[in-house]
Amino acid sequence: MTEETRAAAGSTTEAVVTPERPERTERPERTERVDRGERRPGRSSPGAGGGREGGARKFFRRKKVCKFCVEKIEAINYKDVRLLQQFVAESGKIVPRRLTGVCTPHQRRLSSAIKQARNIALLPFAGRA
Amino acid sequence: MNRTYELMFIVRPDMAEEDQDKLISTLESAVTSFGGRVKSIERMGKRRLAYTVRKFQDGIYVLLTAEGSGGLMHELERRLRVSEPVIKFLTVRIDEEQKRLDKIKAIRAAKRKTSSTPAAAEAAGETPAATA
Repeated sequence: MTEETRAAAGSTTEAVVTPERPERTERPERTERVDRGERRPGRSSPGAGGGREGGARKFFRRKKVCKFCVEKIEAINYKDVRLLQQFVAESGKIVPRRLTGVCTPHQRRLSSAIKQARNIALLPFAGRA
Repeated sequence: MNRTYELMFIVRPDMAEEDQDKLISTLESAVTSFGGRVKSIERMGKRRLAYTVRKFQDGIYVLLTAEGSGGLMHELERRLRVSEPVIKFLTVRIDEEQKRLDKIKAIRAAKRKTSSTPAAAEAAGETPAATA
């Protein structure tokens, strides 16, 4: 049963990918560009693997990497609105780790910084004002 | 027991320049009278608020960095709360975070030295310049 549901979940994640897309476009173009640039080479090779199943639905997911680890940004400050905005959805929500690929220690600092920025009206609590 | 704090506050956008100066100087004198030290005062200028605060859409941001005890910050916060033109403030303790950053910096510097090959050292020397 659980196996089945997991398999079903596996197939739904692929279906879910499309509704996730608009969320992604909301994210700043910087991360978006990184995403796209590194996914393209990945997609070409397992594209053949997708052909085996008959549909081109199965595609390779690039492993996301933590922006702060890669670029060695250690200071996550509430004053740095430009940086924080990349990890806030248009609705004002903090984008979860599973979408951005930020590692746990950095996400912890990031979320506290975002909350501080909200407190001093640098970032919205909800919506774009 | 000296701690470094960062006190950011927003004053109403229609506040006159002289009034701001007056407010800042009173805060400064409060810091010194409590045995603290003002490290820097930065006026970040007028900025649009992310949400409406006391019916204001924008505000003038001021950042004050001071060294002192918790009692000092308590007093400063009290003053800000009482003063009418201040619409919002936030106090953050920054010395521990700074300590952590310095430690990381030192570790990275040490790593750079140990990398013996000159090419690697050069590349490592270039990257922080690029990020900064």
